[in-house]
Amino acid sequence: MQKGRNILSKIFYFYYDGFRSMTWGKNIWLIILIKLFIMFAVLKLFFFPDFLKTNFDTDEQRSDYVIEQLTNTSDE
Amino acid sequence: MTLIDWSRGQFALTAMFHWIFVPLTLGLAFILAIMESIYVKTGDEKWKKITKFWGKLFGINFAIGVATGIILEFEFGTNWSNYSWFVGDIFGAPLAIEGIMAFFMESTFIAVMFFGWNKVSKKFHLISTWLVAIGANLSALWILVANAWMQDPVGMMFNPDTARNEMVNFWAVLFSPTAINKFLHTVASGYVLAAVFVIGVSSWFLLKKRETLFAKKSILVASVFGIITSIYLIWTGDESARQVARVQPMKFAAMEAMWDGQSNAPLIAIGILEQPAPPNENNDYKEKEFAFKIEIPNMLSFMAFLDVNAFIPGVKDLVNGYTDPGTGEVVLSYFDKIKRGREAISTLKNYKEAVNAGDNATAATYRAKFEDKQWMDNTFKYFGYGYYNNENFSGLIPSVPLSFYSFHLMVALGGHFLALFIVMLIFTLKNKLEKMKWLLYVGIWTIPLVYIASQAGWVLAELGRQPWVIQDLMPTLSAVSKIDTTSVQITFWLFAATFTTLLIAEIKIMLTQIKKGMTGGH
Repeated sequence: MQKGRNILSKIFYFYYDGFRSMTWGKNIWLIILIKLFIMFAVLKLFFFPDFLKTNFDTDEQRSDYVIEQLTNTSDE
Repeated sequence: MTLIDWSRGQFALTAMFHWIFVPLTLGLAFILAIMESIYVKTGDEKWKKITKFWGKLFGINFAIGVATGIILEFEFGTNWSNYSWFVGDIFGAPLAIEGIMAFFMESTFIAVMFFGWNKVSKKFHLISTWLVAIGANLSALWILVANAWMQDPVGMMFNPDTARNEMVNFWAVLFSPTAINKFLHTVASGYVLAAVFVIGVSSWFLLKKRETLFAKKSILVASVFGIITSIYLIWTGDESARQVARVQPMKFAAMEAMWDGQSNAPLIAIGILEQPAPPNENNDYKEKEFAFKIEIPNMLSFMAFLDVNAFIPGVKDLVNGYTDPGTGEVVLSYFDKIKRGREAISTLKNYKEAVNAGDNATAATYRAKFEDKQWMDNTFKYFGYGYYNNENFSGLIPSVPLSFYSFHLMVALGGHFLALFIVMLIFTLKNKLEKMKWLLYVGIWTIPLVYIASQAGWVLAELGRQPWVIQDLMPTLSAVSKIDTTSVQITFWLFAATFTTLLIAEIKIMLTQIKKGMTGGH
């Protein structure tokens, strides 16, 4: 790292140089990025909507729904 | 298979895969910190190389495993929405702290750990390595606190207007004996797993006659670390068992396949059950006799209550109710608890109906019950039992064979690990390890065994508490979201494929790096 840099640029170059000088670590980063893409851009977006947030607009509606679910025992 | 089965299967699959990666991170981080401390103390470059080699394997495991736990949070919102709502901020708060802590501590100091060699001072690098280890373990603390609350719900108050539990005592949640024991025992299992991992990989080098000095030094550190942490694991396991006996007596009875309670109860050291089957379709529980067993007299009573004369209730006692012969305490039957649970559910229902109808006087009458400590402690406490009836009560009993075998497998393997660490240490100190080929093979083959033991612990903790998502308050059948079963099936197989790919990638990359030995960059 060059001398005379401020703390922020030192931190930046610390990471920059670190990533640049990676060898086997580059493959690991590729796996991390693919994994995060699958998790957030595919699974979360298309398969894991928040059930209560998607189906109801307010917390009151959500609590009403949950109470209805919790108090509807099948054999009553 | 029903929606509940698929949802449970999906959660179990995700959690078990996640738990493949986590324990090695928890333990290897400390082993790295110890190795680097030796390097800084002695200035011996060999220890630096050793630290960097194990750091590489730590990095691979961390990178592949990181964020796999986030999927569990997705599942809470999608598949377990009633549960997510019902737990309110109790589950959210620890998870949020975990997220922040993991991000700041781990991501900052892991970067120093990997990029900082020769760029920061030795001492700063060492501090960073220790902080990564401490940070990783503290991250585990919060998720385990949340899990412990599910097994032993404390420090909260139920709000009937929102159907949410609100945290009233953060410290009670954080420092509940269940949370403390769960944290200590779980992280300790990670330490033991990492020690076995280091010994196994080093044994391979010794068998191949490569990196022998490095391998012996690694085994020395790992075996000492393993002995200390194994003893700690046994101690915390003992404490955990006592805690389970107190707050989850059905799990405790299932762990020992104990159908009829008794004073001076023996511990089954080794046992084989006659027929490993869940309760039958007639909604009755089926007793499984032992085909073979070796008992340690009085040990179970002592283990649970530190009193050889203590009474340990069996599955039947807990279902039918009993009076403790020692203390005279009367314990309600499941049928009484079902009755009380039903009363709690109908009180909530009537309250909500009165509120919706604008009948303030009636609503106030019901509301008062939720503010009455006695009613909460004697009736609402059994809310979850209200989803069952006198015909389907067997759903309140966990799988006895699964609980029994997972417990005994975990304990037996724990003994094997301690023995392995001791023998490894002795032969390392005698400088005879390279000649002990059989021991080196045992070292290698103990790697899969330690993962099996680790998963068995998870199975016991989570399947042994069935049907409860939150002990006594919420069973899986009321926690699950009413969504299309097909979507759960699709995501189940998606996860299975994704995680299997990740696991194969981890194993392949690790094996490549192990074969390279101590050469290579980061």
